[in-house]
Amino acid sequence: MADDAPARRPDLTRRAFLTAAAGASAASALAGCAPTSLAAPRAAAAVDDPPTAGAVPVTLRVNGKEQRIRVDPRTTLLDCLRETLLLTGTKKGCDHGQCGACTVHVSGRRVNSCLSLAVMHDGEEITTIEGLGTPAALHPMQAAFVAFDGYQCGYCTSGQIMSAVALLGEPCGPEDADVKELMSGNICRCGAYPNIVAAIQRVRRGA
Amino acid sequence: MRTFEFTRASDPAAAVRAGAQAKTAQQGADVRFLAGGTTLLDLMKLNVETPARLVDINRLPLGSIEAMPDGGLRVGATVRNSDLAHHPTVERDYPVLSQALLSGASAQLRNMATTAGNLLQRTRCMYFRDTAMPCNKREPGTGCPAIGGSNRMLAILGTSEHCIATNPSDMNVALAALEATVHVQGLKGTRTVPIGEFHLLPGPTPERETVLEPGDLVSHVTLPPPVPGSKQLYLKLRDRASYEFALASAGVVLTVASGRVTRARIALGGVGTKPWRSPEAEAALVGQPAETASFRRAAEAALQNARPQSENAFKIELAKRCLTHALATAASS
Repeated sequence: MADDAPARRPDLTRRAFLTAAAGASAASALAGCAPTSLAAPRAAAAVDDPPTAGAVPVTLRVNGKEQRIRVDPRTTLLDCLRETLLLTGTKKGCDHGQCGACTVHVSGRRVNSCLSLAVMHDGEEITTIEGLGTPAALHPMQAAFVAFDGYQCGYCTSGQIMSAVALLGEPCGPEDADVKELMSGNICRCGAYPNIVAAIQRVRRGA
Repeated sequence: MRTFEFTRASDPAAAVRAGAQAKTAQQGADVRFLAGGTTLLDLMKLNVETPARLVDINRLPLGSIEAMPDGGLRVGATVRNSDLAHHPTVERDYPVLSQALLSGASAQLRNMATTAGNLLQRTRCMYFRDTAMPCNKREPGTGCPAIGGSNRMLAILGTSEHCIATNPSDMNVALAALEATVHVQGLKGTRTVPIGEFHLLPGPTPERETVLEPGDLVSHVTLPPPVPGSKQLYLKLRDRASYEFALASAGVVLTVASGRVTRARIALGGVGTKPWRSPEAEAALVGQPAETASFRRAAEAALQNARPQSENAFKIELAKRCLTHALATAASS
């Protein structure tokens, strides 16, 4: 089933209102400057854009569902997921590939969605935290993070879990140190690292 | 991020034609090839790179790793760093390359970053990355505030009065030690460039980092056949145990027979303005007993021309110890 773009907005929610309000204030604060990537989808129609740089059609398969959308070429995969498809489980931390909060799977491999353009992934399979499990049926990694208290504020958690799930299919030694090395691209400001490693090891050992 | 036109190349020749419309293939290029995006998009968000056109090369047939008839290995431009690091042939015959790749960045970034992109990885010098600051590499003629400024992470070898930026790549160090060859497709056909000649010293033109001209597309890299019995190691020293750029690193390929070093290929990372092959260290080591004193003499030779900046004199001794330890560890493996 395909959704035609731009993605339809659900009834106004608190989150949608705050997002729109933040976008508007960011746009006014940046008047006269190059638009930020956050505001990119709306900026695509600006009259001073060169005609060749308009919105381009992209088809993504996100969490098993085909999404036909139009995006400004500047739109990162992260902003596309959050702002266009309203999948806000994926978080924006540093926006420069340094923190891992934006980790999603592309064709089954973990990537930093902030350093990737949505248009690069035409026709590809994207999995976000929303596609991993549901509150009623958690993915084993999600359940392990709950069981081991693998978070505090929770902002990095979706990226941590997406990374950890991908790790299960990668070459990785058996020790905690091996897990720490392969999870080093996910920063946790609260310092929940010991519990994160414990959660991952529980899943790896199938206990 | 500035607006740009996004295009996808249908074949390598089309990519070359598109790239050839740029005035330069160096800093400030108005046409850029897009592979993993991990360097380019980062710098575009900072307005350090402002191309008018991106040419996506991810769907070109440049993504394979193939054994060559001479026993060497051919690595496509868009092979992801993680796939290269875990390739069975690389793990077996070129472990220094596998180790270097796995010591760089994070697992996510290695899934994105490519062979050619890593070759062309840009410096992490904070002045280069900040458009509010002068920088001869980004804006020729504006000066180098890193000299006398914040330069703890910057280079001590190959610097000039115009630029002291470090080449940040780990992969490039291993490729230098393995004597890789870069294959380039351009408007005038294909050509090969030895890895040692691919990157340029900054000299008076730090904005020129490689030999690439407009339209030049790195198609693949080849590795020579593995040296039988060679011992290899990549050792990286950094401020954190993981996910950090090198303060100093060493890639070594060593052959030892009857207790003496018969062949040595040595390259350093984190200390040079380009991936730093050290023929001085190699010459100092060949024919010598494979023991710590020899390794230390080789390290002294490698750093003899080092020029420290105000904050990074520690790198001279650190690099020496790094290389000494790498050679000793490799020799005893």
